[in-house]
Amino acid sequence: MRRLRALLVKEFIQMGRDRLTLAIMGLLPVIQLLIFGFAINTEVKHLPTAVFDQSVSAESRELIRGFQSTGYFDILRGARSLPEMNALVQSGKVKVGIAIPPDFQDRLRSGRQAAVQVIVDASDSMSAASAISTAQMIGLVRSQQILYQRLSPGSSESVPLAVDVRIRPWYNPDMVSSHYMVPGIIAIVLAMTMMMITSMAIVRERERGTLEQLVVTPLRNWELMVGKILPYVAVGYVQLTLGLLIGIVVFRIPVRGSLALYYGLTSLHILASLAWGLLISSVAKTQMQAMQMSFFALMPSILLSGFMFPREAMPAFFRAVSNLLPVTFFLQISRGILLKGVGLSALWPQVLSLLGLLVFFLGLSILKFRKTIA
Amino acid sequence: MDAVVTRGLTRRFGRFTAVDGVSFSIPEGSVFGFLGPNGSGKTTTIRMLTGILEPSDGTAEILGTDLVAGREKVRENLGYMSQKFSLYDDLTVRENLDFYAGLFNLPPALARERAEEVVEMAGLSGRTRDLAGSLSGGIRQRLALGCAILHRPKLLFLDEPTSGVDPRSRRRFWDIIYGLAAGGTTVMVTTHFMDEAEHCDAIGFMYDGRLIASGTPADLKALLPGSAWEIPSEDPIGLLEQLRGTEGLIESAVHGRSVHLLAETAGERVFESIGARRIVPSLEDVFVHLVTKEREARAA
Repeated sequence: MRRLRALLVKEFIQMGRDRLTLAIMGLLPVIQLLIFGFAINTEVKHLPTAVFDQSVSAESRELIRGFQSTGYFDILRGARSLPEMNALVQSGKVKVGIAIPPDFQDRLRSGRQAAVQVIVDASDSMSAASAISTAQMIGLVRSQQILYQRLSPGSSESVPLAVDVRIRPWYNPDMVSSHYMVPGIIAIVLAMTMMMITSMAIVRERERGTLEQLVVTPLRNWELMVGKILPYVAVGYVQLTLGLLIGIVVFRIPVRGSLALYYGLTSLHILASLAWGLLISSVAKTQMQAMQMSFFALMPSILLSGFMFPREAMPAFFRAVSNLLPVTFFLQISRGILLKGVGLSALWPQVLSLLGLLVFFLGLSILKFRKTIA
Repeated sequence: MDAVVTRGLTRRFGRFTAVDGVSFSIPEGSVFGFLGPNGSGKTTTIRMLTGILEPSDGTAEILGTDLVAGREKVRENLGYMSQKFSLYDDLTVRENLDFYAGLFNLPPALARERAEEVVEMAGLSGRTRDLAGSLSGGIRQRLALGCAILHRPKLLFLDEPTSGVDPRSRRRFWDIIYGLAAGGTTVMVTTHFMDEAEHCDAIGFMYDGRLIASGTPADLKALLPGSAWEIPSEDPIGLLEQLRGTEGLIESAVHGRSVHLLAETAGERVFESIGARRIVPSLEDVFVHLVTKEREARAA
């Protein structure tokens, strides 16, 4: 015990003196949360829009108002010709161009179909998708209104829809992106820091030659590993607490489930990430390499875990890969506990998967770690 | 009894053989100097003996137990100071000492007492709160040695302990080593400073992965054929050329601003007439001779 205690004391002193580690530990969760929480909004509103209105009629103005009132389109410019409108889209000054033909009013009044052209810059697929669906919706709603008026002229009362599809976005009724993002960011930040700090701390000892020194002392292999892991578990919990505080205070995320359960299950994620860090440290020769490998190893976790893009949309192969990432399951656990308020009865499959991955990666890293020391 | 016995110790890295069938033994309580140029396999040998590297072949006994099988047990009695700076730069002198005392499981009272001794020995009084990284080379080396002997090991491995240390500190360092040996500690020390090796109880010469000779300094000097001479010269390389082929010359080599040579009795007069001075051969002369012989043997 004296050996392990000496190692832990040393590790904490070093951590406290290393500004880089402190910065990664404290600033990373804060900055990441603020950036991701504020900047990332998957719901794209206020797309700059140009209009080429050749009809210049009550009907066309009504339609344009309809577009504007959704909040998705900001009508910034009027174009005087089709080429001018196209040029605006091409130069990126607007993302959407709406062209209304000269016969728009006549056709509507005579009961014929009137066409409206909506050009969308689809090079940015996320904003294009919401622009397209909103534009279609506006067309549909306008058509219905016109249809009703024609069927019952004079009455301003609207007729109820035959089928009324009512959507209830559960767990995040206002569809606030940040609510959805915060648990994910906490998961990613933990994975990144744990991996980076541990791998760098071990590689630093090897670089400086102190690891060699430790090998010749009676320090057992497991003591060395525990001594290297425990301090960073503590770091992980500091980050988790920081992240949650910001999430609750700044982004007002609801904490619907049990925080105790959340803290408990987070240990699995922290340990799994530490195991990745140990694996990296057995390959990396310099601290720089360890850092780069950590970033590299993190990429799949960011892209495939469901943090950024829904796993449901992924091809089978990548979904299979995502099943090997601890973040995938911790993400579901985080969102489950924080946003849905569910407990173990609902989350046990994810907990088991995470536990399985933890055992696998920790086992692998112990084997590798032993080899590199001997 | 011998503290270290190796038999055919070998280490290969891929197709490169760093240590090739090295066998030697070190009696308890003696200082064994391990000499040789950089890359000759000294450090690799020490790294095998300390358990950092597995031998590819051969066996070794450390303090009476097998190197591989008894590794864990024997570590409590080993001290090791690696070639690299083995202290933590970002810990203070005191924290480094506390850390190593903890690793060797010293009870707090004993740890304090030993730490005081080390501080005294390293000349660190009043600087225990300084970061180890801020210490000068010589003091750092002594502190590292102090940390390596906090637990009073029976066997101490020192890998190039005096490289990058000024001559005065080197002297002081060796005084500490002799003190330890006098107290019964067995010391195995690598160095490429031949003058340091003169005082070792026994010496092993490494060259190109092989132990080409070993014994006491006197034994090794007795290996030299003929007598040793020195001719001072402004142009030792030119002189070396001139001497080539002279009758009675066994071997010659440049040694700073002079030429050292080994002469048969027949040639002694000739050399004396051109200003040669008879000298007591140094270990360096022995080493040059052994390497020349080794090279000739391999070329043949």
